[in-house]
Amino acid sequence: MALLENLRIALGALRANPMRATLTTLGIIIAVAAVIAVVSVIQGLQHMIVGQFEDLGSNFIQVAPQFQQQGVQSARQVRLTWEDGQALEAELPGIQYITPVVVGQVEMKYRDRRHRPDYVFGVNGDFPETNKFFVEEGRFFTELDLRMRRKVVVVGQDVVEELRLGNDPIGKEVYVGDLPATVIGVMEDKGRMLGSNYDDMAYIPFDTSLSVFGRRAGEQIQLNILTEPGETDRVVDGVERVLRRRHKIPEDERDDFQVWRQDDLLDTIGTVLGGVTAVIGGVVGIALVVGGIGIMNIMLVSVTERTKEIGIRKAVGARKRDILLQFLIEAVVLAVFGGLLGIVLGYGVGAGIVAILPVDLPPVYVPVWAIALAFGFSAAVGIFFGIYPAGKAARLDPIEALRYE
Amino acid sequence: MALIEIRDLKKIYQMGAEEVRALDGVDLDVEAGEYLAIMGASGSGKSTLMNLLGCLDTPTEGHYRLNGTPVETLDDEALAAIRNREIGFVFQTFNLLPRTTAMENVELPLVYAGQPRRERREQAKRALTRVGLGDRMDHRPNELSGGQRQRVAVARALVNEPSILLADEPTGNLDSATSGEIMDLFDELSAAGNTILLVTHEPDIAERCRRQVVMRDGKILSDTATGSESDTASDNNSAPVPAGAV
Repeated sequence: MALLENLRIALGALRANPMRATLTTLGIIIAVAAVIAVVSVIQGLQHMIVGQFEDLGSNFIQVAPQFQQQGVQSARQVRLTWEDGQALEAELPGIQYITPVVVGQVEMKYRDRRHRPDYVFGVNGDFPETNKFFVEEGRFFTELDLRMRRKVVVVGQDVVEELRLGNDPIGKEVYVGDLPATVIGVMEDKGRMLGSNYDDMAYIPFDTSLSVFGRRAGEQIQLNILTEPGETDRVVDGVERVLRRRHKIPEDERDDFQVWRQDDLLDTIGTVLGGVTAVIGGVVGIALVVGGIGIMNIMLVSVTERTKEIGIRKAVGARKRDILLQFLIEAVVLAVFGGLLGIVLGYGVGAGIVAILPVDLPPVYVPVWAIALAFGFSAAVGIFFGIYPAGKAARLDPIEALRYE
Repeated sequence: MALIEIRDLKKIYQMGAEEVRALDGVDLDVEAGEYLAIMGASGSGKSTLMNLLGCLDTPTEGHYRLNGTPVETLDDEALAAIRNREIGFVFQTFNLLPRTTAMENVELPLVYAGQPRRERREQAKRALTRVGLGDRMDHRPNELSGGQRQRVAVARALVNEPSILLADEPTGNLDSATSGEIMDLFDELSAAGNTILLVTHEPDIAERCRRQVVMRDGKILSDTATGSESDTASDNNSAPVPAGAV
């Protein structure tokens, strides 16, 4: 008998009892909804993060101090200074731009307005190029600003707003901590990423920042590097070689710094989010099995209820496999029906979570593979848990089935 | 060669230590075109014989040839094919699928025969018109009277143009007026050349058939032909039967 015919019979049985069908597949609906909701939020997050990191380009490298891990004791103080950075710049011709980065949180003040930005950065004039993040109005620091130790500051757009710097913020005199500084530039709009508001930040010259954050801040800085095209591998090797020599690290000891490439950052984020997805996937797998048992249960009831129908079908010429296929397809249709409802519900829940949570999450994003997976899993659950009841139906003796009331 | 050839057919059930001989050595030949009633008290073995004739069951011993095919040697799948093509069943309790229309019920054997949808429709429509339900094709069983339901069942039994029509107490659940109508339908079908075997315990129903087989204790007690009477019965039909309509 044609597959289409069975499909019509199955849909007919479903239509005859939509409430029961829905309740039966509730387990699958919930399981699939959960996976779609979680995946849609996580994938949305990953989509955005990857998108933003890709802005940095594959020539981006970040060097940071590596604090000793558990079990490895070292008497030496972990240091990474701008002197290291300058040495790298001098020795490695593959470096196009390099900037030190120190981070602090201090209050800013303009007239009677006070505001504490997310972060205040101490960087040099290469920062816009290394991080691909530029000023929109005014200018960034120049070599001259740095050498003259000018007290200047570049602010993000939210800082302009919070301090009420007005339509023409350039030239306004503000305080960064205790440091009086002149606003010389406003950064372009960048938005949020990984819980940080990039528009709520301020940038001061590196040397100046040390007097704001304290001398010690200069001993453990971070270096952002942009290499010449195609030079990234060589620069990474060079950074490791130069820093190990300068830090006098013996052969058998590990680096006291770590070098991140854009690819590493993406990998790390992918690994973390992938781990979360896998754990939730496992939980959902259990939920799907429970849902499948629900389907098996109701299919067994259905086979008993429709014993007479099976007898009639056999009397007019249905073979065992016709009956088997009929009930198997009914189970699969039930499961896939649940899966479909789950996908819709899950998308709704995901969008709801994004809308309700106070943190700024990116819009939900459901990849095609998640839908295909949810669909495939539902169908597999239907087949797996449908085969036993369907087999039971197929094996019924026609005479006894006809006699059943 | 007869359409049905039964030799020493036995069906024995083991009920614990006791052996129940539901059929105990039955010989029966039925020619194509016969109109035959099987009678007997309950427990006489007539239903068992019916199930064996209808290939719903297999005998413990003996031989059953249908159209020359030794049925007792067939496997499950081949039996299903015979039920589908060679046999049309009419049951006492109609046995229609409840949620489906008259049309879909009649189509059912054709579905399992693998016929394409359009041909199925045509054939089912012809069968329903044949039993006088041309205007009730889209009704569900619960929207039809008992007599109409049995007519749908007859149409379903006929739709595949089977070799034999097996009816198990077809009027058992109907009042006498409706019974008469259904029997008139069987008379018509017999007159049109169909082979009909009918199980009943009502003598006035059996009298319409040209041959009566009476069973007792799993054996055939008597086998009598009353040809002339049944000819009269079919001559009495008011509705003319178009030859070869089924």
